[in-house]
Amino acid sequence: MPEIKRALPQPTPETRHFWDGARDGELRLQRCDDCAHVYFPPRPFCPECASRSVSVFQASGRGTLHSYVINHRPAPGFDPPYSIAVVKLDEGPKMLTNVVNTPQTPEALELDMDLEVHFEKMTDEITLPLFQPADPNRAKSNR
Amino acid sequence: MKQKSVAIVGAAESTELGKTPHISQIQIHADAAFNTLADAGLRPKDIDGIATAGESPVGIAYYLGIEPKWIDATSIGGCSFMLHVRHAAAAINEGLCSTVLITHGESGRSQVGRGGFARAASSLNGQFELPYGPTGPPTMFTIPVLRYMKDYGVSEEQLATVAVIQREWAAMNPRASFRDPITVADVLESTMIAYPFRKLMCCLVTDGGGALILTAAERAKDFDTRPVYVLGTGESSESPMVSQMDDFSTSRAFRVSGRLAFDEAGIATSDVDHLMVYDAFAHLPLYGLADLGFCDRGEAAAFIEDRRTAPGGLLPLNTNGGGLSYMHSGMYGMYALQESVRQLRGVAPAQVKGARISVAHGVGGMFSAAGTIVMSNDPP
Ligand SMILES: [Zn+2]
Repeated sequence: MPEIKRALPQPTPETRHFWDGARDGELRLQRCDDCAHVYFPPRPFCPECASRSVSVFQASGRGTLHSYVINHRPAPGFDPPYSIAVVKLDEGPKMLTNVVNTPQTPEALELDMDLEVHFEKMTDEITLPLFQPADPNRAKSNR
Repeated sequence: MKQKSVAIVGAAESTELGKTPHISQIQIHADAAFNTLADAGLRPKDIDGIATAGESPVGIAYYLGIEPKWIDATSIGGCSFMLHVRHAAAAINEGLCSTVLITHGESGRSQVGRGGFARAASSLNGQFELPYGPTGPPTMFTIPVLRYMKDYGVSEEQLATVAVIQREWAAMNPRASFRDPITVADVLESTMIAYPFRKLMCCLVTDGGGALILTAAERAKDFDTRPVYVLGTGESSESPMVSQMDDFSTSRAFRVSGRLAFDEAGIATSDVDHLMVYDAFAHLPLYGLADLGFCDRGEAAAFIEDRRTAPGGLLPLNTNGGGLSYMHSGMYGMYALQESVRQLRGVAPAQVKGARISVAHGVGGMFSAAGTIVMSNDPP
């Protein structure tokens, strides 16, 4: 019987850079060339000022745990309980993700804790940006 | 010029027509929209009404950065856009909004980003939410709440209290699915669904239906039923993705929709005798109370804990038992309206004595959209 896997994204022309970046181990965001607004999810224009002049850049991959739930119910491709979390990236935007490499408990998942991106390859095309507790040593040297 | 004339002041097609596999369907909408905005000399923030078919107007408004006061998702095939023009004309004449954007975009040949449904793998939700394992409302609607609880000091016991008090209302309603009293401990000990949400903090899943008939107020005397007048209405949307809500402790769609309805009705929160706030989950009444202006964000949990919305309280809330105890078929808003009508007709099982003004506030998606209706049994 084939294993039922988690839902995977189907990139579009406007989001391709994000998924190509994840595959190459880079978290990519977009910044408006006119008003400097940093935004997510990807679009070829600025949702703040409507400028069509925007640039892709490599984000730090760091952020904080903004909110989450811990799902206790079965889900295809997951082993409950697992966290469904929102990370607030250092650059500003929020992003849904899973916090991994830590116990899936309210005690281990402390709101506002520092997180860092952890890429997990799903297929040859798709790598998902998951997050894990930030390495405290690296956090110091990088900030 | 005739009174009630409406004009088309911007019109344009997408930059390219034919075969455009390098652009997805939502971006074709955006491209056509930007060309049309340029034609009219406007920017997205100048638009306050949105209509589209094929894609969700909530998604298009979010994508373009529009804060709508009027939304039309009429989707009945190729003539949808003619109906949008007609509906937009009525809305502008009525003052519901001033500047409507109607968009169309279809990747009919290349089929890029054309899922046909909101959860397609190429949609925003399909790319940026579903891969992380939300399986439905219990794991999506709930995502903002820990942020709210931390920022405003709300306890799990207070969240549970919402369900306990609504069960008190349900106990008076013979048609309610669940009528047995429950305690805060019962709620906190019920099956964990998606921490911090236990089963009794989540709505029921039932079958059911409802309908309404509206006509001109001046015709109401021709009917045997006690008329319930519509005093004010509001609507708005924020984002099709709960993870992209601007602030996890308040819904922009709730605030905009509520303000429109209260302003049109010319009422203050103190005028409200009865309130329905769509409660798919126990946290929604907290957001509803604060975002509609009944209390500050930090006070909503205590507002309910202090029994102000309970039987005997000054602001009876979700008096049918709500989605948590009465019924929830999936799109519960109809039942909130039905209970408001019963209360204003004076025939509700848990009747609020002398109720004259009722507010029914609904949510769409996961904080994606909102609609608010202010009703009264006094003629306007
Ligand atoms: Zn900008």
